Amino acid sequence: MGRAVAVIGTGQTKHGRRPDVSYPDMVREVIMVALEDAGITLKDVDGVVHGTMPSMMEGVSSTHLYFAEAIGAVGKPIMKVETCGSTGQSIAHCGFFWVASGMADIVLVVGSEKMNEGDSQATMTTVFDPYFQRVFAAGAPGTFTMQCMEWMYRFKIPEDKGREAAAMVSVSNHDNAMDNPYAHIRMKVTMDDVKNSRIVTYPVRLLDVCPSSDGACAVIFASEEKAKKICKKPAWIKGVGFRGEESFFGESDKSIWPSATEAAQEAYRQAGIKDPLKELDVAEIYNPFTYQEMIFCECFGFCPRGEAPDYVLKGTFKKGGELPCCPSGGTLCTNPIGATGLIRLAETVLQVTGKAGARQVEGAKIALSHAMGGVDQFNGVTIVSSNL
Amino acid sequence: MAKEEYRIIEAEAVVPYELALGGTVSNFFDYLKEEKIMGKRCRKCSRVLVPPRSFCPRCFEEMDEWVEVGQEGVVETWVYINMPFYGQVIKVPYVSAQIRLDGSDSGLTHLIAGFDLTNVNKVREIVKLGGRVKAVWSKEKKGNILDIAYFEPVK
Ligand SMILES: [Zn+2]
Repeated sequence: MGRAVAVIGTGQTKHGRRPDVSYPDMVREVIMVALEDAGITLKDVDGVVHGTMPSMMEGVSSTHLYFAEAIGAVGKPIMKVETCGSTGQSIAHCGFFWVASGMADIVLVVGSEKMNEGDSQATMTTVFDPYFQRVFAAGAPGTFTMQCMEWMYRFKIPEDKGREAAAMVSVSNHDNAMDNPYAHIRMKVTMDDVKNSRIVTYPVRLLDVCPSSDGACAVIFASEEKAKKICKKPAWIKGVGFRGEESFFGESDKSIWPSATEAAQEAYRQAGIKDPLKELDVAEIYNPFTYQEMIFCECFGFCPRGEAPDYVLKGTFKKGGELPCCPSGGTLCTNPIGATGLIRLAETVLQVTGKAGARQVEGAKIALSHAMGGVDQFNGVTIVSSNL
Repeated sequence: MAKEEYRIIEAEAVVPYELALGGTVSNFFDYLKEEKIMGKRCRKCSRVLVPPRSFCPRCFEEMDEWVEVGQEGVVETWVYINMPFYGQVIKVPYVSAQIRLDGSDSGLTHLIAGFDLTNVNKVREIVKLGGRVKAVWSKEKKGNILDIAYFEPVK
């Protein structure tokens, strides 16, 4: 694990449609918030890590160079990391590695996206290989729907039961987003609203799907020495796991999703977690689609394979349940993709430091954050704790 | 300033590419012209992959053994797409699927068609997870993945 590393500050923009600001100005907005939260200035920062979706989403190549001023990287080392949806976890891991290695004491990590300026589904379709898969692809809905169909078939989950549980995941995330001032979609929805919403890609309906959001997130990593000096209540990084699989969707078994399973196991091993359902206090899962949240709960060992719908229906993952998932309202209610995985981490930091406001899970001490990316290809997991 | 007054600049980035296929993909498409679906077998793990690779992603060994696989297979999963977006090649609505051809160890992404696709509920009665489908060939071959026009359910 290298040196101990803490998160000493986080920042988020107001997420949603942001035609009021240019992209660089939106990025600078979040840097200011994070610096203030940490109580430091740019002078204290040794290096900057930035990440977004593929540049096609942004309309400008090498966004980290375009944003060099906005992310405070002038005169500093800069690193760009891009792993599609899992970018937010990848850049967090890079910030962690940089400080853990002893090569830097304070690293600023920023993820950003303006989903509403380009064509997100067209961009995502170019993530598929150009020879075999791309002509048949249909962005995120095409991929995620195939995965959830395969999962339900494999574990003989009756369609009605899957539908009921997915609707409950949607209701629960929307309820939670009402408590989150940063969330993009803040509205109450009922089980019937979800089940009667427009079909996007059967059986997935509109309220099973995240919005396209503009937004940014910044997280500041520090060494133990600096963290203890600067920050009253740091959150400590206890484990990081990241795994990838083949770019061909049909080659690995997406119903058990090896990369998600192994990324979590790696992070658990480092953090010494044996029974995640009992030991974790809160989880922020990357859930752009309701069905995906259930598949992830199984990959992360929160419940046996094929049983996530049962656990959802008995309320295990709701606020007040045994392991609350996505008290922020999750990716389902806010998805500026390049920032999303980092938002998951920032939210767990707020939880274990008692700063999560109305969405606080009482007494949370140890939490899991996660993001996935590519054609169901990459998964990253980070465990944070209030204890060193 | 009212919201609708926020100003934008219209921008576009159109870049043409000529992406090299490499030997393995070229050969696969040549076989399609002869109405043969060929995979490659890994000598180390024995898996047969369709589409074929020049090397096994798991063993990192060169794959040089061509194997003909069946033109029929099983539907591993599918999705009904009725969502248009910029640059889409296939006209909506269409069904994309993962098809595990007989003798292959991976799913091939392709279309399931050959019947009325306008109503998703009717499509659900025809396309089944675990159901069998069979390749239908395009009359005119262009040396790409659409030389297989689509897969149709086996009655
Ligand atoms: Zn092999």
